Amino acid sequence: MKNWPLWEVFIRSKNGLEHRHCGSLHASDATMALENARDVYTRRNEGVSIWVVPSAQITASDPDDSSELFEPAKDKAYRHPTFYELPEELKHM
Amino acid sequence: MSEQEIKNLEAIFDLRIANDEKIEPKDWMPEKYRQTHIRQISQHAHSEIVGMLPEGNWITRAPSLRRKVALLAKVQDEAGHGLYLYSACETLGVSREDLYEQLHSGAAKYSSIFNYPTITWADMGAIGWLVDGAAIINQVPLTATSYGPYARAMVRVCKEESFHQRQGFEIMMTLANGTPEQKEMAQDALNRWWWPSLMMLGPTDAASVHTEQSMKWKLKRKTNDELRQQFVDQTVPQAELIGLTIPDPNLKWNEETKRYDFGELDWEEFWQVVKGHGPCNKKRISDRVNAWENGKWVRDAAMAYAEKQEAKKLEQAI
Amino acid sequence: MNNNLVQYIYGIADNALILGQRLGELCGHGPSLETDIAMTNMSLDLLGQTRSYYQYAAQLLGENATEDTIAFLRREREYKNVLLVEQPNTDFAYSIARQFLFDIFHLSLLEGLKNSEDETLAAIAEKGIKEVSYHTRFSSDWIRRLGDGTTESHDRIQAAIDDLWVYTDELFHQTDADKVMVTENIGVDTTKLKEAYYKKVSAVLEESTLNTPVMEYFQKGGKQGIHSEHMGYLLADMQYMQRAYPNMNW
Repeated sequence: MKNWPLWEVFIRSKNGLEHRHCGSLHASDATMALENARDVYTRRNEGVSIWVVPSAQITASDPDDSSELFEPAKDKAYRHPTFYELPEELKHM
Repeated sequence: MSEQEIKNLEAIFDLRIANDEKIEPKDWMPEKYRQTHIRQISQHAHSEIVGMLPEGNWITRAPSLRRKVALLAKVQDEAGHGLYLYSACETLGVSREDLYEQLHSGAAKYSSIFNYPTITWADMGAIGWLVDGAAIINQVPLTATSYGPYARAMVRVCKEESFHQRQGFEIMMTLANGTPEQKEMAQDALNRWWWPSLMMLGPTDAASVHTEQSMKWKLKRKTNDELRQQFVDQTVPQAELIGLTIPDPNLKWNEETKRYDFGELDWEEFWQVVKGHGPCNKKRISDRVNAWENGKWVRDAAMAYAEKQEAKKLEQAI
Repeated sequence: MNNNLVQYIYGIADNALILGQRLGELCGHGPSLETDIAMTNMSLDLLGQTRSYYQYAAQLLGENATEDTIAFLRREREYKNVLLVEQPNTDFAYSIARQFLFDIFHLSLLEGLKNSEDETLAAIAEKGIKEVSYHTRFSSDWIRRLGDGTTESHDRIQAAIDDLWVYTDELFHQTDADKVMVTENIGVDTTKLKEAYYKKVSAVLEESTLNTPVMEYFQKGGKQGIHSEHMGYLLADMQYMQRAYPNMNW
């Protein structure tokens, strides 16, 4: 028989915040993955909501492609507010 | 890939680590880096789950309800820590089941200290105070280690572990302040766990094979001997505070170095236990093997159920 | 002191203590790390409930009573837990079947106790309901997995249910103290929980492709302090420290 597959666990620590990846675990199905996530990752009151995703379902970018994926964004300074030169007297902008 | 290409990649890799960049699972890494990390992280994970056994031995006999829940929660944390660490190890392309197999066959090592028996309640105190104390000294620097998943697991472990040592010390303190019998029980536990705790910090620098490489990869920040000295220096005053005596006639404060000098460790015993001849090596492994083998039908059942449910869902969709 | 109330509290709290103790035995030996952690959580919930009940009982008893004198210093005959919870962890199927058969009862008991005119008991029940709702979900899910899993798991869980069924009727028995507490609107009339209990249990068993046992004779005695032979060993373990080193603080 196959081993229990791996799941990734995401926890929202409180309403208003996003779910954040907090770790992984093994479970035979989604119901058990949720229960296990509750038992393993929220023992100290760490969460108000849980997502579980089969690890195999995650598509990840390849580190070898990092330069073409992410480098081009580095020199687009005009996307950031500090790029624009405005008079110092100007407030609240 | 040519040898030269690999050399170049390795040079870039070393530079990244030297610059305190983290390595993530899909990044290129030297095969030796991967293997060393699998070995160290899995050893660490094994230590957590084997470490559950000596303390688990006292859950049913804890002397008060408060102690019982605290001990249960602590042993449970160790299962959690094992789980985080196995997960970190799995990012390197090895399954938890493979790692278990290595543990069960004796191919993988775990911390030797757990091969000593827990024979009195005071051992729960001594383990928390000394063994967890030594573990923390080892672990805190690992929160900044180079391999991202390991570092993240260690952040979580260290955060949760902070109560373990306090729990142990509180148990010891209560005993030391208790009746003569209780104090004797505490002293006896300290006598038995002191030397194994010092050994827990690893062989002497001269006998340690992995140190240099591990330093480079930030698997280690200090040498074993430095860690051991740190442990002695911080623990001796704690023992004095509760009126217990460190079982080392050669222990004395060195005014010059501002550190404690201490006696020679029994390395013959250390290697004997590492090689599988400690008092509980067989029992620990057989307990783990039994849990795993007796659980097989349970895990299989859950998997079969999941597959049936999945098939039902598909059928309904058609 | 209201002795009926104290006895009534024992009748509820001892179940939590003894089942918590049994679950504690499993820590470190579960079929997977995740399951191990989950079972320990249930043990911690139950022991937490135990402490709340005993602290209340200690207050009622006065003198030098504490949660620990109640937990550790009674004689076997003075423990009022049902026979079901003291049954051993024969295998994972027995542990889950025991849990499931108890959880369904436990939840309905606490839902009744929430309305008790005794405010302390009502508050403990209110908190406990959240924990026990999760236990019920956990054990029911495992009944389904084992029942409708493999042939082996089906047979094992059916055997466990069949064996433990004999202890279910006792859940609804009332001691004299229980009856007094019911008339004072403090206690829950467990006889009224019985029908719904068997309905709920059967529904889960049916979903899980398991048979609901049909039985004419049941075991009883725990509530009168007449336990199975397992109980003495459980207590010997649990009380070891208190008996070997009496009158000390830990």
